[in-house]
Amino acid sequence: MCLGVPGKVIELYEVNGMKMGKVDFGGAIKEACFEYLPEIEVGSYAIIHVGFGLSEVDEEEVEKTYELFREIESFSEKLPDPKK
Amino acid sequence: MKYLDEYRDKEKTELLIEQIEKKVTRPWSLMEICGGQTHSIMKSGLDQLLPPEINLIHGPGCPVCVTPLELIDKAISLASMPEIIFCSYGDMLRVPGSVGNLFSVRAAGGDVRIIYSPLDALRIAKNNPEKEVIFFGIGFETTAPANAMAVFQAKTQGVENFSILVSHVTVPPAIRAILESPEVNVDGFLAAGHVCAVMGYWEYEPIAKKYQTPIVVTGFEPVDLARGILNCIQLLEEGKIGVENAYPRYVQQQGNLEAQKLIKSVFEICDRKWRGIGNIPMSGYRLNEDYEKFDAERKFSGIQEIQTNESSVCISGEILQGIKKPDECSEFGSRCTPEFPIGATMVSDEGACAAYFRYGRMKLSRTNF
Repeated sequence: MCLGVPGKVIELYEVNGMKMGKVDFGGAIKEACFEYLPEIEVGSYAIIHVGFGLSEVDEEEVEKTYELFREIESFSEKLPDPKK
Repeated sequence: MKYLDEYRDKEKTELLIEQIEKKVTRPWSLMEICGGQTHSIMKSGLDQLLPPEINLIHGPGCPVCVTPLELIDKAISLASMPEIIFCSYGDMLRVPGSVGNLFSVRAAGGDVRIIYSPLDALRIAKNNPEKEVIFFGIGFETTAPANAMAVFQAKTQGVENFSILVSHVTVPPAIRAILESPEVNVDGFLAAGHVCAVMGYWEYEPIAKKYQTPIVVTGFEPVDLARGILNCIQLLEEGKIGVENAYPRYVQQQGNLEAQKLIKSVFEICDRKWRGIGNIPMSGYRLNEDYEKFDAERKFSGIQEIQTNESSVCISGEILQGIKKPDECSEFGSRCTPEFPIGATMVSDEGACAAYFRYGRMKLSRTNF
């Protein structure tokens, strides 16, 4: 039940005063409520959970994670294993 | 799919496991809180790739598993009434009650519907004004914003034939209960990433400090889990206590403030019984006074108290607390299977027993014995 899935917001509109939208999950299109992400725009990615957008992806943090992997890779090549 | 495939990458996961192997010098027991994380660990084989010093203990974060039997029985009684359309997430339909389950109610002619979102249940209520529509509102802090919105919208739009059977639980009191249990020995926690996407992780900071136990906010894909484990091992090996965020692309310290605002205006904190564990004080949400007419328990209070009958052989309570692992149960994989579950932990997509069964951990354990 905690398994939110990331999807791309492809359309935003209003229903009964609620911010709603269509989300593309790798080809499967579902409706979601975006009342909790008032700033979200078409083209953004968000975690969708039981039909609600809960968190927009932080692109800066994604880039930092990639940077972290690049660092680990370069360290792994340079440093010997301390246990060996 | 973007933001999913790259976090299932085998090479990145192996790279992080290499780092864990380099860091770890002694045995550590880590508990992943969420059952979704347990399934991902089992599915990816992460538990078998990690160095033997790391013992992963599976936590109570499976809402289907911890919903008390009394409430399952109440759901079965309500769903059996002819004037009611009973809506639920699919997992709840197979959870065994004292007698039968929601599927057996449906087989007997009850109007039990599986829905994707509580807003679907609200729509069903609007389209069926002659019926009473009840939604089984279970879950941790992740489903609370959705349930809060459904009730708020029902009130705003004047949908009076809609109510929720609420069984909400929250993570921080469960962590405290586990840390205070003399039977459980957890060195560090992997907190559930999507719970933290809603609530943030500021609530965990005093817990980490008080119990001197590191807590790392962790995601659900193999790369996310390996990163969370690496962060936790680093903290433990360096003797540091605190809360770290290993899922920063979705989680911020303060969480989703809009969601928290509506949760606070619709729910109030209450004691909650957890199936297999017992009562945990201040560990749940119930609808507050302003929304009490949408509370199915109060709306249908005429339903008689039901005599519950819990299985005497099921050890799901010990599994949910991390005291035992699924393959230590005598019924596991023999009398108890996902098709014919004895306990709720064998039912759900987040239950530890179902994870062990589905991903074949019983074969390994039987060979070892």
